[in-house]
Amino acid sequence: MIKKLNARNIDAKECFYGHKACGGCGESLALRLALKVLGEEAYLSLPAGCMAAVSFIYPNMAFKNNAVITPFASTAAVATGIAAGLEALGKEAPLSVGFAGDGGTADIGIQSLSGAIDRGEKFIYICTDNEAYMNTGIQKSGLTPFGAATTTTPAGKAIHGCVTEKKNMFEIAAAHGITYAATASIGYPEDFLNKVQKAKECDGPAYIHIYTPCPTGWGHGSKITVDLAKEVVDTGLWFLAEYEDGEFRLNRKPGDFKPVADHLKRQARFRHLSDEEISQIEVMRDRKWEKMLKNWG
Amino acid sequence: MSEFAFLNGNEAVAWGVRLSRPHVIAAYPITPQTKAVEKLSSFVQNGEMDCKYLHVESEHSAMACSIGSSSVGARTFTATSSQGLLYMSEGLPYASGARLPIVMMNANRSIATPWNIYGDQMDAMHVINSGWVQLFVEDAQEALDMVIQSFKLAENHDILTPVMINVDGFVLTHTYEKVDIPGQELVDSFLPAIEKAPHLMNDQDPMSLCISAGNQHYMEFKIKQHRDMFKVFEQLERIDRDFEKSFGRSHGGAADGYRNEDADVILVTTGSVTGTARVVVDSLREKGIKAGLVKLRLLRPFPSDDLYELIGKASAVGILDKNISFGFEGTVYTNVNSSLLQKGYRGRTFNFIAGLGGRDITKENIEEMFSALLEQKGETVQYFNMGCAL
Ligand SMILES: Cc1ncc(C[n+]2csc(CCOP(=O)(O)OP(=O)(O)O)c2C)c(N)n1
Ligand code: SF4
Repeated sequence: MIKKLNARNIDAKECFYGHKACGGCGESLALRLALKVLGEEAYLSLPAGCMAAVSFIYPNMAFKNNAVITPFASTAAVATGIAAGLEALGKEAPLSVGFAGDGGTADIGIQSLSGAIDRGEKFIYICTDNEAYMNTGIQKSGLTPFGAATTTTPAGKAIHGCVTEKKNMFEIAAAHGITYAATASIGYPEDFLNKVQKAKECDGPAYIHIYTPCPTGWGHGSKITVDLAKEVVDTGLWFLAEYEDGEFRLNRKPGDFKPVADHLKRQARFRHLSDEEISQIEVMRDRKWEKMLKNWG
Repeated sequence: MSEFAFLNGNEAVAWGVRLSRPHVIAAYPITPQTKAVEKLSSFVQNGEMDCKYLHVESEHSAMACSIGSSSVGARTFTATSSQGLLYMSEGLPYASGARLPIVMMNANRSIATPWNIYGDQMDAMHVINSGWVQLFVEDAQEALDMVIQSFKLAENHDILTPVMINVDGFVLTHTYEKVDIPGQELVDSFLPAIEKAPHLMNDQDPMSLCISAGNQHYMEFKIKQHRDMFKVFEQLERIDRDFEKSFGRSHGGAADGYRNEDADVILVTTGSVTGTARVVVDSLREKGIKAGLVKLRLLRPFPSDDLYELIGKASAVGILDKNISFGFEGTVYTNVNSSLLQKGYRGRTFNFIAGLGGRDITKENIEEMFSALLEQKGETVQYFNMGCAL
């Protein structure tokens, strides 16, 4: 039985500090929390993206762990290469972990992620989802939600923000028959920590998709990062779920959703949305939940 | 105990890799390299090699996996060709900049479009500035031996630079030759287990790799890398001498001369075409013509000193290129010409472009090249064996 983690028994050690992320950065919080569970022995792979940019600035290295910046498309490939190398050198059960943003995961890195899951090697992949390419200046990614304004999908007169919906990365990972997959949010840190713990213990590839608000890209106060990450689950716009032993499971089934409009309007990227567009977002949410409740119960 | 076998270049490379005992191989198939990766997989599947073979989904990932495994200190091999090399090219400077001693076979092949699977050296020239050692071999035996030597070279702590062994597509990869496969014990004593470089990832003193460096530091990293590259000449020669002591054969250092000492005219070649050129030089010599040959084994680092020493006295030099840098000339020519000029060479230089897309380079073509050199006639850049007038 895996020991449940909570605020009291969490490791006090820091493995990620002195980095240059913006105040209130959700991604850096996700990394910091994950490393408390993964520990110093984890080997880390990070592609281009904010987290690589803020933590490897010579001569200041922010990771206490072994860590490497990977070519943008190849977080999972480098991570499995590390695992294979360590195993071949005789290290028992090496812990190799990739951290990539939504762009590095759902767009450019999806091929190498798919290939690595398919090989069945033991490694952990954590997608820190801030719903856009932040490091290059807030452009649309495959995980940018409908309606969000980014610098490549601005709230224009003809087109009102992003017109596509988020790619279902969690389900895509699960569809590979992966050993373990989960969604998480930094608004529910204990849930996240325990999912990382599960991923660490599991014997095969594991994928965790964590929702990580970005004050700079989303246009919200740095104080409310965690708040927004909790609210998004409570509004039903994001969900906490797991895929294990071939089965999906919802970890939280909210009775009533909190109002979507209030949540969205706290972020500059959604401020242009009309009431009609907000209702459209609600319809999409309800459709998604209907499916999830039916199929994953 | 060594044994003779009838092997093609791909199989010879696979044997060289097997004998070098890598920890990890990550490769993706592409003609004309496929037989090498198939052979290596079968060695692994049959338990004849104790090694992790990663069945990656692309060349980009083959290079990325290699970066991962090499960064923890594992001896790592990969192989590719043509479009595959181009596809992995993003990772090449990562590997060299992080000073990872990966060894790769590149089966030289043309680049699309038009699509063409046959041999030329466009692919290698495309990535000549990637910070990899670029080595060209003449035959299957040299290919096998150079895999073993390349690990020793790349893993040397003064070098720590990845090595690309270029093996001409089809001409070498698919042609069978009698090859001496050295015994495992002999190879083990020549090539000891990899010694982990201090900058690599390790449990005792965790490292950050492939870091970023701003304008106040980047240049120093790059100049250090550049300077270390020059150490390859000396180490390669030393390795080759040791190799000769153990294995009884030598392949030389960065460049090799053939009947060049008193030659009036010299042809500079890379790779398999050298064999044909040797035959032509011999026949010209029989006719009393003072023809000679210089085989460039290394294009990076570029052996300027050796080259001048081998060529210096000839009145004209031809450089055979199986590639074009569009809008200019052949890449080997650019390099040789520039370096000879710097050394004060006074003779004329010609660029002979031939063999693109697997077009034959016949003995007659090479004879024509020599007559152009003897008469010092024609344009500086000349094309050979053209099928139709353009
Ligand atoms: C091959 C390649 N293409 C483009 C880039 C430029 N680039 C660097 S970071 C980045 C976006 C990263 O976005 P994401 O993965 O979502 O991470 P975030 O910055 O949001 O953490 C891009 C496009 C690159 N580094 N490499
Ligand atoms: S831009 Fe966003 S993701 Fe990037 S460091 Fe700042 S807050 Fe974090």
